[in-house]
Amino acid sequence: MIPARPAPFTSATWLSAVRQHLFADWNTGLASVVLLLLLGYAGTHLLDWGMLRAQWMPDVAACRADGVGACWGVVAEKYRVILLGRYPLEEQWRPVVASSLLLALLLVSCLRSFWRPWLAVLWLLGLPIYFGLMKGHLWGLSLGLTAVDTDRWGGLPLTLLLSSVSIALALPLAVLVALGRRSELPAIRALCSVYVELVRGVPLISVLFMASFMLPLFLPQGLTIDVLLRVLVGITLFAAAYMAEVVRGGLQAVPRGQVEAAASLGLSWWQTQRHVVLPQALTAVLPGLVNNFIAIFKDTSLVTIVSLYELTGALGLALNSDADWRPFKLEGYVFIALIYFLFCFSISRYSLWVERQLALGNPS
Amino acid sequence: MSKIHLKIAVLSGVLSLWAAASLPAHAGKTLDAIKARGQLVCGVNTGLPGFGAADSNGKWSGMDVDVCRATAAAVLGDAEKIKYVPLNAQQRFTALQSGEIDILSRNTTFTLTRDASLGMHMTAVLYYDGQGFMVPAKSKFKSAKQLKGQTVCVQSGTTTEKNMTDFSRTYDLKLKPVVFEKLEAATGAYFSGRCAAFTTDAAGLASVRAKEAKNPADHTILPELISKEPLGPMVRRGDDEWFAIVKWVVYGLIEAEEYGITQANLDSMKTSTDPVVARLLGTNEDMGKHLGLDREWLARAIATTGNYGEMFDRNVGSQSTLKLQRGLNQQWNKGGLMYAPPVR
Amino acid sequence: MRLSWRSASGRGLLYQAAALLVVMVLGWFLASNTAYNMAQRGIQSGFDFLWGPAGFEIGEGLFNFDSTQSYALAFLTGLGNTVRVAVTGIVMATLLGTLLGVGRFSRNLLVRVLCSAYVEVFRNIPLLLQLLMWYLMLAELLPAVDTPMTLGPLELSKGGLMWISRSAHEEGALWALSPEFMALTLGLTLYTAAFIAEVVRAGVAAVPRGQKEASAALGLSRLQAMRHVLLPQALRIIIPPMTNQYLNLTKNSSLAVAIGYPDVVSIANTALNQTGRAVECIALVMAVYLCTSLLTALLMNAYNRRVALQER
Repeated sequence: MIPARPAPFTSATWLSAVRQHLFADWNTGLASVVLLLLLGYAGTHLLDWGMLRAQWMPDVAACRADGVGACWGVVAEKYRVILLGRYPLEEQWRPVVASSLLLALLLVSCLRSFWRPWLAVLWLLGLPIYFGLMKGHLWGLSLGLTAVDTDRWGGLPLTLLLSSVSIALALPLAVLVALGRRSELPAIRALCSVYVELVRGVPLISVLFMASFMLPLFLPQGLTIDVLLRVLVGITLFAAAYMAEVVRGGLQAVPRGQVEAAASLGLSWWQTQRHVVLPQALTAVLPGLVNNFIAIFKDTSLVTIVSLYELTGALGLALNSDADWRPFKLEGYVFIALIYFLFCFSISRYSLWVERQLALGNPS
Repeated sequence: MSKIHLKIAVLSGVLSLWAAASLPAHAGKTLDAIKARGQLVCGVNTGLPGFGAADSNGKWSGMDVDVCRATAAAVLGDAEKIKYVPLNAQQRFTALQSGEIDILSRNTTFTLTRDASLGMHMTAVLYYDGQGFMVPAKSKFKSAKQLKGQTVCVQSGTTTEKNMTDFSRTYDLKLKPVVFEKLEAATGAYFSGRCAAFTTDAAGLASVRAKEAKNPADHTILPELISKEPLGPMVRRGDDEWFAIVKWVVYGLIEAEEYGITQANLDSMKTSTDPVVARLLGTNEDMGKHLGLDREWLARAIATTGNYGEMFDRNVGSQSTLKLQRGLNQQWNKGGLMYAPPVR
Repeated sequence: MRLSWRSASGRGLLYQAAALLVVMVLGWFLASNTAYNMAQRGIQSGFDFLWGPAGFEIGEGLFNFDSTQSYALAFLTGLGNTVRVAVTGIVMATLLGTLLGVGRFSRNLLVRVLCSAYVEVFRNIPLLLQLLMWYLMLAELLPAVDTPMTLGPLELSKGGLMWISRSAHEEGALWALSPEFMALTLGLTLYTAAFIAEVVRAGVAAVPRGQKEASAALGLSRLQAMRHVLLPQALRIIIPPMTNQYLNLTKNSSLAVAIGYPDVVSIANTALNQTGRAVECIALVMAVYLCTSLLTALLMNAYNRRVALQER
């Protein structure tokens, strides 16, 4: 006969909650004790190093002194180079304003209440303003600001630019490729499948190497493309392949009856896709797509390898040539890890929120 | 509906025709392109003090940068009409081959492979260097031949790996390379103690030690130079005129030092009766027209950067933090290898 | 089938013909440009360089590579290094990830919170940054080469983890794990384990609730239920996304080039610089990764078919 187990707890005081969650039985209790001890040890050491003994002022001598913990002064000293890269010092208000504009546009696009046609108009106005501010001139028209070439752009604005533009461009391409993969026309299906499988099978580094080193060889002489544009094309093509797979999953989830009903209503293939299939498919896989957005945001850190100084590269730039501050590279890494974490975590929480919103709208 | 399909068909037809018709055009002359653009596009190092580095305001300086400035002054009349393209060791050759840059002035070693099979030409040697090793001063190594079985940090994409391997085989040292993509990663690993030694051109070692070592006196550069590394600017194959221009700018600066023309005495030298000086500065004969330039080409270059000796002192010599000796880079009549063919 | 766009099949043919035409013309355009540019600049092409002597050493590998051996063998050494990291990483990440994923169902609040926190932290920081941080920490915290930490024949220092044979100490290590290998494997394992934990969690959560209740009714403890009932059934749901994660880990190992580990991308880089054959070297790298992806996918699909539910 199996021995009776103790009845579950039902009282709601603080002590009984601890008992229920942490010390319900011997195994759980032992695990809790061990973990608490480990956490306590690690936590106090980390706190000691990171906060209590840390040096907050940008003072090299104070940071080098014995017994000092983390030197957060390196952030105070170098934050301009880390966050803005090699952008000229006097003009640094421009990337700050331009990036705030871009962030505001992105935030506005995230809220459901703003999903109206004039959002597209807002983007069409906002993007030229962004590029005009960053570059100093727009399509040949000078804006009275000093021209700053794209190889000076760097830091957080570059990360934001690369992620948002490549996602914005990759999404329509991904939808087209996913539709092409499900097409009944064998040539188009084959072309799209080859593209997706080829791009998904290789690492992003080799795509970036190809885009930055070999693209000039593929083009006719005299035609040179900006390095930033090359990298953007590489990331967009890479992202579109992954997003195409996610969208294809969504397309498969739309019941066939929908397509048949649309046909019986006399809608053409494009009209069916636009009005019936795609809205359902995209809302079904929105969490998957947002996961891809997070992945692209993180993947922009790889452009350091082709000498574009986004956030990770700008940190190397800031600290590698300065022997005074180089010993405190770890603090710099923690700083930009926090920035990445902030952005990615917000995007993932947003995706959960959107999921809930859409579920509320379509009770199944 | 058929109208839309008609449009699509016409569009794809037009696109294919356009693609077929835009065959690559013949290579334009580099000099014409630069003059039309009004700017010299110069490929430089991402950050090697003494040769090519930008300060925090974006102002470039260094030996290689000075060659670009002298060329821009000679060709365009203005040393500031330059677009600097920082390139790492992997990108530099494809950037030059593809036409993205006009001149690769990035402490590049002249070798047979690069001259013969990479589609580029070496112009003139700017700096005679050799590869060396740097070790911590407190390590027991006094000579590179004592580095048996040691780990050596090295940057990929340069001649250093091959030279190190050849040296290791000759003296049976079984050196173990740790290869990094970026120079900063390689030097970072060396300074953190991962490797016993770091290897690159001797001038590069001095530059790295001055820039990145907490205390430069804690690191020794071992005496052996294990290879010949003649460094200089490179241009694309197929444009002999541009090749001649870059080559003779460098030779002109070297010859200017030989004949005592400096940035300071340039104006007074213009009235000199010495026929060699007069030819160099364009006061009697116009040497520039043979190159497709005007007669003041070298005078402008000297006004911008000074002669070779002044360039050396300012960037890597006595007036810089590197404090390198002239050594092999001294004039031929003072015991070095700098022998400029005559400008005549 | 009429070749007009009044019939659906005719339109289909025309679209396909147009698409193929555009792709072929684009391909021909790029290829002819490349050929012209390379001829113009005197750049040689071809794979014959693979049989020439490499002229560079490789720091570590499954077998001893000598600089007199061919480029082809150098590429193979690089491939061996990639496989070494990938296999170790996959095994360790699966173990750690499964533990973390199962830990999300623990009754212990602390365990649940810690597992969630781990997953959130490691998923939201870029892998390159994590690798750089681990390499920095290993480079700083490991003892210097002349004062290693020893445990019997094992020695730990900035030169790596080495098994020194005491009798022939001048010879050096019998086998060694370099700090680059350790940093790369550690970084890849911890990063991929976070994703695998999510995959395992989703798989276990997808098993019908009745199974959990039935095992409780039979008197199985939570651990026994997890081991004998839930995980085996979750396996079917877990395998396709897990395959994806294994492929991602293999591709992510290409970041080794940033921390000095001689994997196939790093070797290709060196070869590219020494021979100037950019197109060939990058094509080789892409071919290597495509083949490993295909192979891993085939293996996992075979395993998937074996554990698939045999339904009517």
